[in-house]
Amino acid sequence: MTITINSIAAHADPASATDQNNHNSALRFITCGSVDDGKSTLIGRLLVDSRAVLQDHIAGVTRSGEVDLALLTDGLSAEREQGITIDVAYRYFATEERKFIIGDAPGHEQYTRNMVTAASQADAAVVLVDATKLDWQNPHLQLLAQTRRHSLLVHLLRVHSLVFAVNKLDAVADPALAFAHIRAALAQFAQDAGITVAATVPVSALKGWNVVDAQAGWCGYQGPTLLQVLEQLPNQPTDTALPLALPVQWVEKTASASANTSQGRRVFWGRVAAGVAQVGAQVQVFPSGQRATVAQVLDHARRPQDVAAGLSAGVVLDREVDVSRGDWLLAAPQAVQAAEDDFDTPAPQSPWPGQRELQATVAWMDDEPLVAGRVYWALHGHRWVKAKVRRVVHQLDIHTLAAQDAAELAPNAIGHVELLLQEPLPAAPFTRARVLGAMILVDTASHKTAGAVLVN
Amino acid sequence: MNARTDTAALQPAAHHLSNRHLDALEEETIFILREVAAAFERPALLFSGGKDSLVMLKCAEKAFGIGHIPYPLLMIDTGHNFPEVTDFRDFRAEELGAELIVRSVEDSMARGTVRLAHPGESRNVHQSVTLLEAIEEFRFDALIGGARRDEEKARAKERIFSHRDSFGQWQPKAQRPELWTLFNTRIAPGEHFRVFPISNWTELDVWQYIARENIALPQLYYAHQRQVVERRGLLVPVTPLTPPKDGEQIETRTVRFRTVGDITCTCPVESPAASAHDIVIETLAAEVSERGATRMDDKTSEASMEKRKKDGYF
Repeated sequence: MTITINSIAAHADPASATDQNNHNSALRFITCGSVDDGKSTLIGRLLVDSRAVLQDHIAGVTRSGEVDLALLTDGLSAEREQGITIDVAYRYFATEERKFIIGDAPGHEQYTRNMVTAASQADAAVVLVDATKLDWQNPHLQLLAQTRRHSLLVHLLRVHSLVFAVNKLDAVADPALAFAHIRAALAQFAQDAGITVAATVPVSALKGWNVVDAQAGWCGYQGPTLLQVLEQLPNQPTDTALPLALPVQWVEKTASASANTSQGRRVFWGRVAAGVAQVGAQVQVFPSGQRATVAQVLDHARRPQDVAAGLSAGVVLDREVDVSRGDWLLAAPQAVQAAEDDFDTPAPQSPWPGQRELQATVAWMDDEPLVAGRVYWALHGHRWVKAKVRRVVHQLDIHTLAAQDAAELAPNAIGHVELLLQEPLPAAPFTRARVLGAMILVDTASHKTAGAVLVN
Repeated sequence: MNARTDTAALQPAAHHLSNRHLDALEEETIFILREVAAAFERPALLFSGGKDSLVMLKCAEKAFGIGHIPYPLLMIDTGHNFPEVTDFRDFRAEELGAELIVRSVEDSMARGTVRLAHPGESRNVHQSVTLLEAIEEFRFDALIGGARRDEEKARAKERIFSHRDSFGQWQPKAQRPELWTLFNTRIAPGEHFRVFPISNWTELDVWQYIARENIALPQLYYAHQRQVVERRGLLVPVTPLTPPKDGEQIETRTVRFRTVGDITCTCPVESPAASAHDIVIETLAAEVSERGATRMDDKTSEASMEKRKKDGYF
C-alpha cells in the first residue's frame, strides 16, 4: 500500500473515519539480528518509507548528501562514539492501518538481557536473516547460530508471531534460488523447534524492496511486503479462556465518583491476568482464602462493564473482605468431579493453587552470576516475596536450548533453577498463563533487576 | 479566566477519531499512574499546564476520580512562563481538587544555588537544580512526568520507570531491565524514580486524544495572531524577555505553539489550526519534529538532552 499524506489525512478525517478495523490496536514488535545483518537499516527504512521520520531528523543523519539509515536508530552519544547500541530503544510509526511500536534491541553481546526485555512486551518479532552469510546455493544450508538463538528465545518468551525477513538478497547472484533455499531451511528449523512462522519475506533493507514498497515478483515472491504483514498480525492473545486471576494493584479506599459504586465499598484495581472479571463471579482472595461474589466491575476508565484479561479492572465485592495490594482475586475453587465409585467427596480445588517451590527457567541479567543458596526479592503480580535459589538444575545452550550441566548462571545465560519461596504464590506455568507464570528476581543489596523468571 | 478553551469550538465530530489504539494507550497510562500511587510513599506529578501534562491529568482523573488524585502536582517555575499557561495550570488544579506545589528557579537564584552566566540566559536548564531541591525538601520518591519517547533520541532509550541516583542522575548504561509490567520500584534512601506514563504516546496520539476527550488547553496551542521575528528558521515570539535583535523585522503572523515551555526557548509555528481536529490533520502532514520546529535550546548539541538528563533534568 502506498502511504501518502493525503491518504493518512483522509483516514483521520471525521467524515471518513470508521472504527471498522478490528486490528487497529498498536502492534509492538521487536527486531532481532546482529548489527551486520542490517537491522538498523531495516528499521530506518520502515521509518523513512512510512514517513515517520521528519526532515530535521533526516538532516541529522545525512552524511555527504547520503542518508545513513542506520544512524537514525543510535540515539545516545556513547553509542555514536563507540558505534554500538547500548540498550533497547522504542520507536514509533503509523500507517493508515495501524500504529507500531518497535522495541529496537541491540544485537550485541548483551543480547539475552536486551532481547528478553524487549520481547517481554512484544506482540511479534521480526528475525532478520542475512542471505550473504549463508551457503545459499546449498538446498540443505546451515542457518546461522544467531537465527536459531533469536527464534528460540522469542519462542521461549511466547511472543505470538514470528516473521523472518531474509535481507540482502539484492547482493547475491541468484536471489530467487537463494530465497527458495533459505526459506526451506527456515521452515525446516521452525518445524523441528515447534515454532509457528507467520511469514517469510525477502527484503532489501538498503534498497527498500518489500519493506514498505513491494518489488513484485522479485525472488519469485508475490506475497505481502513486510509492512503489510505487520499491519495484519494479531496482538498478543491474552489468557481470557482461563479461570479468573487478578493481581490487586491498588485499593481505592473511598467510594469512587462512579454512581453505581456502593457507598463505603472499596474498589480493587488491577490488570486482569487471566479470565474475565464479571459481575456474579465467585472469587477467593489469595492468600487469606476469604470468599466473596463480584458485585460490580469497572473498566480502566471507571465505566461499568466486564473486563477481560490484559486490561485493567476495578472490582467491587459483595462483602467486606480484607484485601491489600499484592493479594490476588482468584476464581473460587470448583468441586472436582469425583469418580462414580468414589464415595468421598474430594475437597474443592483452587484453579490457581499457591506454590512455595517452583521449577523455573531463568534468563539471568545481572553482572554478578546467579549462585545457588542466595536469596533474592521476587516480584510476581504486585507481590514481593523472598526467593531462595535452591539449585541450578542446568544451563541451556544458548544456540540450541539443549540442557548442559552448570553450577551457576553467568550474565546473559539462561537456565533451569529450583526456587524456594518465603510465602506461597499462585504461580502457574508460563506456557499456560503468561502473567501468573512470570516473575522478576531483584538483588537485595543493589536493587538491580537480576533475572527474568518463566515458571515451568 | 479566559485561558480555558471554548470547548464548543472543538468540533463535535471529533469523537469519531476514537479508536482502539488510544484506548490501549490510555489504559497503559492509567495502569502506570495507579502503580505509582500504590508503590511509592511520596510521589508527585509534574504539571506545567502544557498539553502533555494535561493529557496525563485527564488520565489521572479517570484513574482516581475527581478530587481523589493521591499525589500533589508539582510545578518548577522558571519565572519565564506564558501567563496563559500558569493561569490555566492553577485553574485546572483547582478544578480537580488537587494540591499544587510551585517551586521557582528565582528562589534558587536567591539562595545562590543557581547562578546565571548572564542575565539573559535561559533558565530552562536550571530547572534541574530547583527540581532536585524540591525533591529533597519534600523527600519525593517518584516524580511522574509527561515526557514521550518520540520527542527525542535519548528519551527513546529511557524506561517507563527510570531510576535516578541521589544526585538525580540518569545512567543510561545501568538501566534496570523492564520486563513485562513487573516494575522494580525498589530504591535506597535518597534515590528516586522518574516515571513516564505517556512514554508510548506520540505527538499525534496526544492531539487525537485531546480531540477525542475534548480536553481544554491554554489558547496558545491554537491559532492566534502574534508578533514574531524570524531567526535561524524559527519564529521567535516578541516578548519583554525575547526582544528583537538589531535589524530584525517584527511581523504579525498567525501562529500556534506545538509545545509550551519557558518563553526564552519556545517558538510557535505558523498555522491556521483553530481546533484539536485541525491540529491532528496538520500533525499528520508535519515535516519537522515538535522539538525541531520549536526549541531553541536543543540545537546546541546533538546530545544536549542526554547530557541534561544525566544532570537530573527530566
